Amino acid sequence: MDIGTFLIQLLNSVQYGLLLFLIASGLTLIFGIMGIINLAHGSFYMVGAYMAFSLSSLTGNLFVAIVLGIVLSVLLGLFLEWALFTKLYQRDHLQQVLLTYGLILVFEELRSILVGNDVHSVAIPAVLNYSVKLSETLSYPVYRLFISAVCVVLAVALYYVIQKTRLGMIIRAGSANREMVQSLGFNINLLYRLVFALGVGLAAFAGMIAAPVSSVYPGMGTQVLIICFVVVVIGGIGSVWGALVAALLIGLTDTFGKVMFPQWAGAGIYILMAAILLWRPEGLFRRI
Amino acid sequence: MNRASDVGEPVLGAAAPAETRLLRREVVLPLFALVLLAFVPIVGSAFYTEVVTRVMILAIFALSLDLLVGYTGLVSFGHAAFFGIGAYAYALLSPKNEAASLWLTLPAAIGAAAIAAALVGVFVLRTRGIYFIMVTLAFAQMFYFVFHDTDFGRGSDGITVNFKPDLKLGDITLIDLGNSNQFFYFVLAMLVAAFLFLRTVLASPLGRALHGIKVNEHRMLSLGYHVFGYKLASFTIAGTLAGFAGYLSAVQSGFANPEILSWHQSGNVLLMIILGGTGTLYGAIGGAFVFALLEQVFEALTVHWQLLLGLTIILLVLFLPGGLSEFVARVIRKPVREHADDE
Repeated sequence: MDIGTFLIQLLNSVQYGLLLFLIASGLTLIFGIMGIINLAHGSFYMVGAYMAFSLSSLTGNLFVAIVLGIVLSVLLGLFLEWALFTKLYQRDHLQQVLLTYGLILVFEELRSILVGNDVHSVAIPAVLNYSVKLSETLSYPVYRLFISAVCVVLAVALYYVIQKTRLGMIIRAGSANREMVQSLGFNINLLYRLVFALGVGLAAFAGMIAAPVSSVYPGMGTQVLIICFVVVVIGGIGSVWGALVAALLIGLTDTFGKVMFPQWAGAGIYILMAAILLWRPEGLFRRI
Repeated sequence: MNRASDVGEPVLGAAAPAETRLLRREVVLPLFALVLLAFVPIVGSAFYTEVVTRVMILAIFALSLDLLVGYTGLVSFGHAAFFGIGAYAYALLSPKNEAASLWLTLPAAIGAAAIAAALVGVFVLRTRGIYFIMVTLAFAQMFYFVFHDTDFGRGSDGITVNFKPDLKLGDITLIDLGNSNQFFYFVLAMLVAAFLFLRTVLASPLGRALHGIKVNEHRMLSLGYHVFGYKLASFTIAGTLAGFAGYLSAVQSGFANPEILSWHQSGNVLLMIILGGTGTLYGAIGGAFVFALLEQVFEALTVHWQLLLGLTIILLVLFLPGGLSEFVARVIRKPVREHADDE
């Protein structure tokens, strides 16, 4: 592998890792704060990607589609939390797994009814549809750099909100002791609803900005869900920082695995997970 | 009923009806169901014989998962991996142009599933709770990719087996597995055997220890039990039995492809035991039948039957978390068996 391809693969893996982080951070927040295992989280990613496809063909502009999509997905998150997830907080994990498994089936079939089972592509917006030269012969698409930049901005914003603001402090306190926060006069139910909607919004947003590079296809949600589980397991449950490190690790393993050992690349990230489980069963980082 | 029996003092008058009820529940009803099942190939068409055979194989698979979920308190979302390994072991060991021997392929398939389960168990049992669910799912996905991407699994098409395995003693064919009626009775016998095997395991000191771990793991640890070892034993037994079910499934269908170890399969088998009610072996078998029935009915109604299945699951969790056995118990007003929390 020469230095140019290496650089391109490196950029690809960082972009993929950052995208995974966006999805996994919502997942890990919902785990860490609400104690809910949400298998349907990947479906929100899929919903986002399909919204990017439908709304951008409707409005003709991906950015307008993304703004509309964020609003819709946050509303979806608020609705689902109100209708289903509030009933799950006191239940055991088995019931959470089952209900969210049911949700996956519902989302997949609704997708099949509404949009069909074809693979679609979403056009890269014209403003960003060009490449930068890395060397004489190699260039890199700007849209991928744009994805990475957006993810970094969101990661920093997330860190700031959770660690530095009053809201973040209440959320962290709520994950440690729900009753105490409630008796101090905070509306913990509203807080949970917001965190859940935030997680849904992040996953859907990731789906929307990824749509132009990854294309839009059935089953994309569960594929990404399982990889995000690996991210959360490696990073440590409830740790946003851990999710970032783990997501980048997975990005590197997956991208370089595909280049170097194509046949074993699918299994590669799971082998990484197994190794980390042996070393640190609780994940690399614990807690927020 | 005399209240004294609840306090623990044996009262002769109260013991008798409880015993007949127990006899009815534990012996008469299962035997009745068994006889009903045995009539399927005689009464039903060849199509239904094959459908019921498939459901019985799934019931063995569900039984194996119930040992983990219902009796050890370990919610595995990757149980299809071992089912798939059993199936692939059979498909890989079967020669192309002649029938394989059951005496060779069955122990090999069971052995492969057992080794895989023990190895995976060492990793996944280091975690608990939500982690355990995610890690089992991830490991199952790893096996999925191994069979899906590498040459020896032959990709997404999988492997086709042209001949059913021989079950011979010397030169005499004991059972012709190619005959769907004979295969039906063979699978029925295996289902009964798996059921009795698990009953024996659960009644043994191992089973009592597993129950203790499910109810309170920390107390078992402080009592000096080697909790990890017991969990690993449970995980390995469950995986082995799942491999056996996978073997039977591949014998029936004549192929092994990556879909049989997909996460959908893991989700469906989990659904079966919850439909029936976890922690009751009958529930696992009943759940497999109810699941198959739901599948048939929904498929007949619409091509988008997964939507109906998904909605059914959501309603089930919201309104009937204990599964059908709880429903039955509620309807005939028998005391519901205690629900132990998993942590």
